[in-house]
Amino acid sequence: MKKNNSIRYIVSLIVVLSLIWLGNSGFFNGLLLSLGVVSVIFVVFMSHRLGIIDEESQPLHVSRRIVVYWLWLLKTLVKSNITVIKRIWKGPSSINPVVARIPISQKTEMGQAIYANSITLTPGTTTLDVEDDTMIVYALSNNAIRYLMTGDMDRRVSRLEE
Amino acid sequence: MSIFIDGLSWALLILGGFICVSGAIGMHRFPDFFSRMHAASVTDTLGGSLILVGLMLQLDGEYTVLVKLILIVLFILLTSPTASHALAKAALHGGLRPKLGSNQEEQDEDVLRSFGPVKSEDTKNKE
Repeated sequence: MKKNNSIRYIVSLIVVLSLIWLGNSGFFNGLLLSLGVVSVIFVVFMSHRLGIIDEESQPLHVSRRIVVYWLWLLKTLVKSNITVIKRIWKGPSSINPVVARIPISQKTEMGQAIYANSITLTPGTTTLDVEDDTMIVYALSNNAIRYLMTGDMDRRVSRLEE
Repeated sequence: MSIFIDGLSWALLILGGFICVSGAIGMHRFPDFFSRMHAASVTDTLGGSLILVGLMLQLDGEYTVLVKLILIVLFILLTSPTASHALAKAALHGGLRPKLGSNQEEQDEDVLRSFGPVKSEDTKNKE
C-alpha cells in the first residue's frame, strides 16, 4: 500500500516536471529533449533522497472541487480588492482596524493552510496566527470580520477536505 | 477581432496599472504597518494579475510565453499570502502592535498578548 502510493507520487512529479520543461523550453530537438529527461530524472532522484515526495508536496487527494473553490475565491478577491481600493482613495479615516478570533472547523493541516492563506490573500484581512480551533485575524474593518464570522468561506474550505 | 483583443488587453493593462498605483498610494496614506500591508496586497493580487492577463492577450501564438505568464500568476498568488503572513507575524514578535479602531470587541482585545512583550508603545506610529 505504502509503496503503491509512493509510486503514484513519483509518477505525478515526473509528469508535472516534464510539462514545466516542455512548456518553458518550446524546442523539440533531440539534444534539448534529452537534457530535459536528464534534468527531470535528477530532480526526482534528489527529491526521493530528501524524502519530500509525499502527499504534502503533491496534494493529489484534494478533491476536484478545488477548481470551483478557486473560481469562487477569484470573485471574492475582486470584491474585496474594490473595497480596499475605495478605502485607499477615501483616506485613512475610512479604516477602522480590528483583531478577532475566528473559529475554524478544518480537521487537516492542509485545510487550515488553505483557509488561512485564502484569508490572507484577500486584501483587507490577514491571518496573524492559527491555534487549535481558532484563528487570529486582523482586518481593516468590522465588516470583513462579520463576514468571516458567518462561516461561509469556512464551510467552502471544509468541503474540500472530503 | 484582433483590434478587439488588443483593446481588451490595453484596458486590462491600464486598469491593472491604476490598481498598482492605488496600492502604492495606500501604502503611504495608511497609518500603521499592518494597514499598509493590506494596501500592498492590493498591488499583489488584483493589480499584478490584471497586468499579466493583459500581457497574455498580447502574444502572437507563442505558447511558451503564455505558459511562463501563467506560472508567474500562480507563483504570485501562492507566495504573496505566505509573505504577508510572515511579515505580520515577524512584526508582532518584534513588539509592534496594530493601531485598533473604535469597533474593537472587548473579548478579543487580549488576543495579541501571546506574541510577547510590546516594544516602546507605538511612539513611532502615532505621527
